[in-house]
Amino acid sequence: MSPLRLYLRAIAAMTAKDLKAEWRSREMFSAMLVFGLLVIFIFNFALEMKPAERGALTGGILWVTLAFTGTLGLNRAFAAEKDRGSLDGLLLAPVDRSAIYLSKTLSSLVIMLATAAVLLPLYSLFYNQNLLLPGILLVILLGCSGYVLVGALLASMAVQARTRDILLPILLFPVAIPLLVAAVKATGAFLAGVNLSEIQPWLLLLAAYNLIFLAVAFMAFDYIVEE
Amino acid sequence: MDNKPKGLTLLDGLSALGLLAATLMVFFYAPVEAVMGPVQKVFYYHVAAGWVGMLSFLFAAFSGGIYLKRGDMKWDRLSVAGVELGLVFSLINVITGAIWARPIWNTWWTWDPRLTTVAIMLLVYAAYLMLRAGIDEAEKRARFGAVYAIVGFISVPLTFFSIRLSRTIHPVVIGSSDPEALGKFNMTGPMSATFVVSLIVFTILFFDLLWHRYRLAKFAHQIEIARSADSAIEGE
Repeated sequence: MSPLRLYLRAIAAMTAKDLKAEWRSREMFSAMLVFGLLVIFIFNFALEMKPAERGALTGGILWVTLAFTGTLGLNRAFAAEKDRGSLDGLLLAPVDRSAIYLSKTLSSLVIMLATAAVLLPLYSLFYNQNLLLPGILLVILLGCSGYVLVGALLASMAVQARTRDILLPILLFPVAIPLLVAAVKATGAFLAGVNLSEIQPWLLLLAAYNLIFLAVAFMAFDYIVEE
Repeated sequence: MDNKPKGLTLLDGLSALGLLAATLMVFFYAPVEAVMGPVQKVFYYHVAAGWVGMLSFLFAAFSGGIYLKRGDMKWDRLSVAGVELGLVFSLINVITGAIWARPIWNTWWTWDPRLTTVAIMLLVYAAYLMLRAGIDEAEKRARFGAVYAIVGFISVPLTFFSIRLSRTIHPVVIGSSDPEALGKFNMTGPMSATFVVSLIVFTILFFDLLWHRYRLAKFAHQIEIARSADSAIEGE
């Protein structure tokens, strides 16, 4: 088998392992879902959203909710490996370290998208505003993948720190701001039905963020799990 | 412990004299700007501090990269020194900017791209210090610090562009464009001279402080080694 195929198979195997473990316990998914709903409800009371004002706020509320639930999952993804000592097992596997990073990113992304897949229709239902538009789904995909790409890298450092329970959001949020700004703007623009040419810069920024941090994480991950 | 190098003493003197000269130039040589009045003079320190802040963070990311490649703790010490100096100078930049903005923009703070980016940049590097504080092992602390210094530095221009896509009111004095920027002015000869001098002086000050901070980190490391050797003897 060619090295690339072996590499991809290793990623697929590790991702499948994470998802299988998650499927059996549904630990992360249920926690993220309930937490996400709570955030949406708190926004409802905190902002006293009147139907006329909702449209402008939806993008912001959606992405704050996704960012909060995302950190919850990312922290757990690495903390579980660390606590059970299974991270050492993964490191012993005869694959490139970046495969471990990519598989963690993929499994976290799937779980985050699954959470979003439930939160979005529920949000649409509660606030009587259809979020299930193709454009918004694209923004969700790009936004979540960028968030998880950086988040997985930073979470792998945060779980090794003494202050691991509080560290991840502090590390992740300031770095994720360009991503969140672009995602909020693009979501709002798609909701308002703005011309695609005006949304394009935001989509490009989302794509660029994904690519840049994929490259950075790819090179940096080796130095994080070095023993 | 080694004695203070002659070069460092020289740099100390140079920074002190330079700061004195720059301050004298700001107050007595540079003319008072016609529209804004004396408050415009904050510009000379404001921009110089901002420049050194960016230089420090660039330096920190760069040293972090070299540390990851070579694994020499020297570069980690330089990287930390860069981050700490960057935080101090950026804070000076923000505070002097607010002093200027109060009379000119009629507010201490606006959510303009530059202001917002600097504020977020300060948060990134505050997070950097917290990450380091949470890790006890020196070598791991250095590796993680280097990775975060690089990730953080890359995010700064992205943050700027993301906010830039909306409009700005911050004046661009050098290579300027936007006629709507509030508080814009044209520099006269003495103004440019003062500006260049303060830029150079702040840059010298940066290297002086960097050297001091580097030496401090080295001494702290030596003390740590001596202390652990001590406790090892006591333990026997």
